[in-house]
Amino acid sequence: MKVAIIDKKQCVACGCCVNICPKNAIAMFKGKYAVVDEELCVGCGKCSEICPASVINMEVVKND
Amino acid sequence: MTKKPWYRYLWIFSSVYILLGFFNILFAWLGLICFFVPIAIAVFGGGKSYCNNYCGRGQLFDLLGNKCGLSRKKDMPRFLKSKYFRYGFLIFFFAMFFSMLFSTYLVFSGARELKEVVTLLWTIKLGWGFSYAGGVTPGVAQFAFGFYSVMLTSTMLGLFTMVLYKPRSWCVYCPMGTMTQLICKAKK
Repeated sequence: MKVAIIDKKQCVACGCCVNICPKNAIAMFKGKYAVVDEELCVGCGKCSEICPASVINMEVVKND
Repeated sequence: MTKKPWYRYLWIFSSVYILLGFFNILFAWLGLICFFVPIAIAVFGGGKSYCNNYCGRGQLFDLLGNKCGLSRKKDMPRFLKSKYFRYGFLIFFFAMFFSMLFSTYLVFSGARELKEVVTLLWTIKLGWGFSYAGGVTPGVAQFAFGFYSVMLTSTMLGLFTMVLYKPRSWCVYCPMGTMTQLICKAKK
């Protein structure tokens, strides 16, 4: 399944993804960048769509 | 449905702020809240919760761009997202800000007359005397005109990039956002 992967170096820490995530799977790390809890992420892609810096990619991770 | 917390309505404050500038320029002073609060939060360990939760302008762009569909929702050009542009814009913005403070100082000291003008995009001068009725020290009014110019200019830029790119594109190059993130990074 797909999971949101954030490019930490390019993240502007605006918080759009944190607010839109329906699973509360994203948190802001000390105002520096957003981090995804891959256990909670359902791969809906809302964060990727809203991210103004377009630094969130939906990537397939091997998970069975 | 959970009830929306009060701070999700701060977009009203940001909208009203811009409108008030058309009626009485002295309300521009209120905009200092949007300067000092994010810095204070970042300095005292609150991270970027200003951007994340309380920024009315971000909420306004989100509302207009996402809910009202006024955004193309396209990726921003790579250059606008780069650190060069973000840090460059921060420096430029603050240079302009300090030049505005200096003009204010000149009016305070009496070396220069009050100019009832709002400057858009640091160049276009708009006669704004209609929203000033006097009654305060000229320097106090000069700061209001200058600060409102900063706020109106950045709102216009934000609306422009909202329409062209993602709704909250402004957040990528917002000088306050860049600065608070730098403060957070410096704190380790």
